[in-house]
Amino acid sequence: MSTIEIKNISKSFGKKQALSDINLTLKENCIYGLLGRNGAGKSTLMNIINNRNFADSGEVLVDGIPHCENDNALGKLHMMSEHLLYLPSMKVKDMFKSAACFYPEYDMEYALSLCEEYKLDTKVKLQKLSTGYRSIAKIVNALACNADVVFFDEPVLGLDANHRDMFYRQTIEKYNSRPATFVISTHLIEEAAGMIERAVVIKEGKLLLDEDSEAIRSMGYSVSGRATAADEFAKGKEIINEENLGGLKTIYIKGKLDRSLIPDELDAAPLSLQNLFIHLTNS
Amino acid sequence: MYLNIDGEKPIYVQMAEWIEENIISGTFPEETQIPSTTDISAKYKINPATALKGVNLLVDKGIIYKKRGLGMFVAEGAENKLRNERKQEFFEKFVISLVNEAEKLNISKKEIIDMIEKGCDKK
Repeated sequence: MSTIEIKNISKSFGKKQALSDINLTLKENCIYGLLGRNGAGKSTLMNIINNRNFADSGEVLVDGIPHCENDNALGKLHMMSEHLLYLPSMKVKDMFKSAACFYPEYDMEYALSLCEEYKLDTKVKLQKLSTGYRSIAKIVNALACNADVVFFDEPVLGLDANHRDMFYRQTIEKYNSRPATFVISTHLIEEAAGMIERAVVIKEGKLLLDEDSEAIRSMGYSVSGRATAADEFAKGKEIINEENLGGLKTIYIKGKLDRSLIPDELDAAPLSLQNLFIHLTNS
Repeated sequence: MYLNIDGEKPIYVQMAEWIEENIISGTFPEETQIPSTTDISAKYKINPATALKGVNLLVDKGIIYKKRGLGMFVAEGAENKLRNERKQEFFEKFVISLVNEAEKLNISKKEIIDMIEKGCDKK
């Protein structure tokens, strides 16, 4: 069980401001969805939290202790990302063995049983694996390391629908048997929406939202119908976005949907996490 | 169970209704164990906290109870309790709206009763 505090983190690459003044606390034993469009700064933030990159300013505390060059703090974290940090000539099994050196609670038996479930041959060299199986090998490694906080940066890249399904199920099973914090960054929001307890949305390097999934469900709704009627209803309300289709207009409004206030001629629907995300991050 | 993640009803409410549905249909008989929240959460890929919230909703209603160290069990009399609750809901949801709609269409009380009888006979 570990808590991570991210304090005033900023980072720029040349002229590009990748992250500006991010303040965020990742509480213990919670499944987070870290959401953002391409280039929003998700990976940069995760890299900084995992000490793979340095912030220009600000600090990251793991259980109250600055994590920079602190092996004890960093040993509580694990990050699975697109990059392969192990030698490509290593066998899958050797990658697990090497990871086990860094994580005292590494569960090798569990790792091998997952490989069997995925039909991943542990004697194959990492460089010989397909994109999907390389992701799977890293997923297995991340689930088996038993770190307090596990980051998944695009874990399902290249995975087919069956394997994605297995990943979501195994993550929940892991969470049930050994509570930890999981931070999942994904573009397949709809698939992961059910398991996400709290969503963090980043837009252009800034923190846009940090909210419980349950609360997000009542954050926005859409009304659609005749343009004049929709406009009339939306008057004075906070509008997120508007769409026109012939004489039909859909207006996305911030707030909780109250059906009793919706005129008969308009259709209303709550916004899903994915839809809310799309409308909030559309520039 | 079909969960509508984007639906208007929160997932935990949908889950509680799914369990209720199974109790009414006899799939989960009284005094038998229901699936654990850990099993449900993994199977339907929902957050375990959400699953627990759904189960707690039914514990508070006295529909299921916890046996320490064993799991969740359907309470005695749960089926009847749910049936009565659904009957009340049936009245509010169907009968009241039926009467309102009939009023709009100028259908008399006698006509409604005839229609219902006709509908019952058809089955």
